[in-house]
Amino acid sequence: MENNLLSLFVRSIFVDNMIFAFFLGMCSYLAVSKNVKTALGLGVAVTFVLVVTLPVNYLLQTKVLGPDALIEGVDLSFLSFILFIAVIAGIVQLVEMIVEKYSPSLYASLGIFLPLIAVNCAIMGASLFMQQRIGLDPSNTQYIGGVTDALVYALGSGIGWLLAIVGLAAIREKMAYSDVPAPLRGLGITFITVGLMAMAFMCFSGLKI
Amino acid sequence: MAKKNKETFLNPIGINNPVTVQVLGICSALAVTAKLEPAIVMGISVTIIVAFANVIISLLRNTIPNRIRIIVQLVVVAALVTVVSEVLKAFAYDVSVQLSVYVGLIITNCILMGRLEAFAMQNGPWESFLDGVGNGLGYAKILVIVGFFRELLGSGALFGFRVIPQCVYDAGYLNNGLMLMPPMALIIVACIIWVQRSKNKDLQEK
Repeated sequence: MENNLLSLFVRSIFVDNMIFAFFLGMCSYLAVSKNVKTALGLGVAVTFVLVVTLPVNYLLQTKVLGPDALIEGVDLSFLSFILFIAVIAGIVQLVEMIVEKYSPSLYASLGIFLPLIAVNCAIMGASLFMQQRIGLDPSNTQYIGGVTDALVYALGSGIGWLLAIVGLAAIREKMAYSDVPAPLRGLGITFITVGLMAMAFMCFSGLKI
Repeated sequence: MAKKNKETFLNPIGINNPVTVQVLGICSALAVTAKLEPAIVMGISVTIIVAFANVIISLLRNTIPNRIRIIVQLVVVAALVTVVSEVLKAFAYDVSVQLSVYVGLIITNCILMGRLEAFAMQNGPWESFLDGVGNGLGYAKILVIVGFFRELLGSGALFGFRVIPQCVYDAGYLNNGLMLMPPMALIIVACIIWVQRSKNKDLQEK
């Protein structure tokens, strides 16, 4: 069981990396990766929100929405989009208020990013992937069968996202000094850089744990 | 007025493309384009959802309290996405399996929030509808271009039918399997940006 958790954790960081394997959270990833410090701030915020929302959405899916969960013979999973996004938006708002009250310095450094996380696809994507994985066979390495699994998956995905954004920000800081063809400057070369980084991450896909 | 409407409709398809210029909605543009068919279905779904979400938010814009507008927008979008997702499951099940979570992710597609915030909150329903359709088609255009090249070079097929004749393979041509992998989507989008910005010098940065 513990071995399984470790495998889930490592796989969600490297193999099922949110950015390089699924392109989730790409918009803020490209917009906020101009310097390492803000990138780190956003990465931490995303990880934090993921870790809080996924267990809640897991319970929602298994106790309320799943087949036969709330009412015998009724499958409410078509409501999952609305409920998941409502949970995410609500929790982001809550996290924002708590951080503002108890840690003004962290709030000042994350400030603008916190409300934006509600529309970050990585959070919603993780919830939807989790919904798919609940239905898998328990022997599958991707199976999520409890709140602990959901928590570990959230932590791994968040750290994977953090790793990706900090890496790109570091490369972009160095790239400011290089001579890029004019039409590729800015957005174009960033796409190519992410593509090359994704190719590098593809070598993890053979990883068996 | 008519000229302005025309610009609202045509600008996002060409010069002010949501994907390559406004940098919105990248996630799904990259993820669903390994084949042409899901790319087209995704493009149509997003166009429909952006257009109707724009109209609904534009009708409600004077009654939504400013503080909770993001939640209202998310709920409207989520309701529309649920409808589209159920329709896809009913009438195009294979494609909806291929699109998997990316249908649900239309909710957090930045194009929607971006257009709702930037356009529908300030403009009337008809202009918002045109803006939504324009942006949706601009997005679909990029998806189709990326999907076309990835499927053609990656599996030598279009819409699942083989288009590269057998004699080419006999001469030693091979499908480029890397095209079907995620990284090449990024590089193809980069090439589109390159071509577009070489043509329009105004878009170049710095």
